[in-house]
Amino acid sequence: MDHSERYYVPHGSYWPIVGAVGLFLMMLGVSAWLNGSSLAGWVAWIGIAVVLVMIVGWFATVIDESEAGMYNAQVDRSFRMGMTWFIISEVMFFAAFFGALFYARQLAIPWLGGEGNNFFTHLLLYPGYEAAWPTGGPEAWGGDFRIMGAGGLPAINTAILLTSGVTITIAHHAIKEGNRALTSWGLFATIVLGVVFLFLQAYEYVHAYQDLNLRLTSGIYGSTFFMLTGFHGMHVTLGVIMLIVIWIRVLKGHFTPRQHFGFEGVAWYWHFVDVVWLGLYIFVYWL
Amino acid sequence: MSTATHADHHDHGHPTGFMRWLTTTNHKDIGTMYLVFSLVMFFVGGAMALVIRAELFQPGLQFVDPGFFNQMTTMHALIMIFGAVMPAFVGLANWMVPLQIGAPDMALPRLNNWSFWILPFAFSLLLLTLFLPGGAPASGWTMYPPLVLQTGNAFPFLIFSIHLMGLSSIMGAINIIVTIMNMRAPGMGLLKMPLFTWSWLITAYLLILVMPVLAGAVTMLLTDKYFGTAFFTAAGGGDPVMFQHIFWFFGHPEVYIMILPAFGIISEIIPTFARKPLFGYSAMVYATASIAFLSFIVWAHHMFTVGMPLAGQLFFMFTTMLIAVPTGVKVFNWVATMWRGAMTFETPMLFALAFVFLFTIGGFSGLMLAIVPADLQYHDSYFVVAHFHYVLVPGAVFAIMAAVYYWLPKWTGNMYDEKMGKIHFWLSAISVNLTFFPMHFVGLAGMPRRIPDYATQFAEFNAIATVGAFLFGFSQLMFAWNIYRCAKGGKKATAEVWEGSHGLEWTVPSPAPHHTFDTPPVVK
Repeated sequence: MDHSERYYVPHGSYWPIVGAVGLFLMMLGVSAWLNGSSLAGWVAWIGIAVVLVMIVGWFATVIDESEAGMYNAQVDRSFRMGMTWFIISEVMFFAAFFGALFYARQLAIPWLGGEGNNFFTHLLLYPGYEAAWPTGGPEAWGGDFRIMGAGGLPAINTAILLTSGVTITIAHHAIKEGNRALTSWGLFATIVLGVVFLFLQAYEYVHAYQDLNLRLTSGIYGSTFFMLTGFHGMHVTLGVIMLIVIWIRVLKGHFTPRQHFGFEGVAWYWHFVDVVWLGLYIFVYWL
Repeated sequence: MSTATHADHHDHGHPTGFMRWLTTTNHKDIGTMYLVFSLVMFFVGGAMALVIRAELFQPGLQFVDPGFFNQMTTMHALIMIFGAVMPAFVGLANWMVPLQIGAPDMALPRLNNWSFWILPFAFSLLLLTLFLPGGAPASGWTMYPPLVLQTGNAFPFLIFSIHLMGLSSIMGAINIIVTIMNMRAPGMGLLKMPLFTWSWLITAYLLILVMPVLAGAVTMLLTDKYFGTAFFTAAGGGDPVMFQHIFWFFGHPEVYIMILPAFGIISEIIPTFARKPLFGYSAMVYATASIAFLSFIVWAHHMFTVGMPLAGQLFFMFTTMLIAVPTGVKVFNWVATMWRGAMTFETPMLFALAFVFLFTIGGFSGLMLAIVPADLQYHDSYFVVAHFHYVLVPGAVFAIMAAVYYWLPKWTGNMYDEKMGKIHFWLSAISVNLTFFPMHFVGLAGMPRRIPDYATQFAEFNAIATVGAFLFGFSQLMFAWNIYRCAKGGKKATAEVWEGSHGLEWTVPSPAPHHTFDTPPVVK
């Protein structure tokens, strides 16, 4: 550790309390909306707006402080560690849903079909049910459906995300060499690939709902498929927004070959989104 | 950065009054807010416990209807776990970790502020449900489907308040890890850190790994109820038992989140008042890490009765019993620290001693519950209630109280009223046993938990427990009063406060100035 410099402690900020109020209004509004309250939508939207203002304002403050040179090496390390552990917590969030997928496929469904010591469960509950995957469950929730095969669109999407992993790495090397033009082009390519991915995912959802009759309500298959790909899609959306912010910062001339944590944090996040997709492609689409 | 001078990053003309608390980035301010919030929640949750105990004073239905009784058991647990115990430990971490490692503040001070301020709003959402049609959630804090899916209007409030609590915990945990890994004073090697800091480092890892899993689990509940998913419905190919697996994958590390910092506190207090260095420092660190690791592979011992393959039962039984080994190491080391020590018995030490005895009782009943064939009998009985209250009340809560008495002079600059502290301790220690010890007996005799009525043969022990609970509850007013008085004034405390104290936190004056360790201290 470099202790030649003094510690840096930031001054107070209104953004945290604004964020807390925004989150409260948002959750309050959505809860009331789920209960069928008529005014709830407004409260939720106000809450979301407050949270968005908070995010923009807070990051703007941090970016200004960073550009003013207020952050020393120790602060940079804190940001890196913080981002790392944030991504690990995100990994665990996905782990819960992957866990549900594995549990349903490997245990719950075979047991409903009578495997192990569940002969009587099978006989008494759903005697006609044969364990299979994909399935809408013994009562065939949502009726018959077909699934997205691993070839075609998902394979193209995999190629797109993997390519975007390459383009952001090119941008990363470029930023380290001080090549701003290549950094900006690498980021631009990554953003375009991300947007194309999202567009294709949306197209896939429409296709699933309209042509395949595969819905969120198609039993455990639909639940795991849409929740996993849906949360992934939300993270890709977030990642694209983060990339755009970083791209604008690069165009504005932020970052140096030595100091570019903002870029790296977003790059890590993008790689995390990429890796989650690989898990999805293997376990949700392929196997 | 290097061009900016010291004065630039402090003393921005602090806002005063309420605004100071809203915008603060000071770890001491935020720690104080966490601790005060926790104390308030402790009384709110405690009042709910007294409603439960009042109803159970006699067999039959006296005061509340069974639905409200279930709301009370659910809310009592949620508030005590997420509102009282966890924020108290985070508050202690905020105050003490920077002081113990010689850092000027937490590593991410604004995030720290946000972590705290989310909590009052999260609990507003949760407490609001008491006034909704259908009342508060009544499914038990474990939220098992399908029962929890029958919750009325309170349901989304329950789910979202848990999301917010999780968000707060994750950000708090990230902050603590980053602070400890990045902000230690020069020379403060990992194996020189005080044990409270060590235990919090490990606890923070647990929090980051399991709170998102809880968020995932409750999200699945939400979509199951409102959006037609089938995660926990067998008809759609899901499994209600799956919720229990996901929940307890969070839930078991969660109970260690509530006890590991307590271990750290006890490991600070006993050496001070025994005037001896802690026996087996590195063994303590490794034992804490082992317990944390094991906590991830024992979760299904909470659900032996729901049915699982024999191999699963055996695995979870043996891993659970394995936890007794590192825990035994810790208890041994505490006792060995006291061996031939020059002991005195100030209030923090009394609470710490009671912790060692009474937590161990809770640990032993945990071992009994780990045995599958025995657990099939004990499951969902008052024996379980006795077990986890022994580890949580004379365990976690006593450790928090010990910590408050121990560090209060450092925070306020004044000594608390020792005599009142001792009375508070004895009242608490006696009444806590009066409350929870009889629950072992009624539990073994077959009294089920979470039921407002019971067979008449359990009447005497329940009456005793209720008397104990009211005594315990009202004794805590003495705790609050003592803290208040100490904050207002009293005998001035020295920097060391305790004769046998050592560590960086005792090198700064009492009360600790608003900014400490602006330049890193050198640790030899």
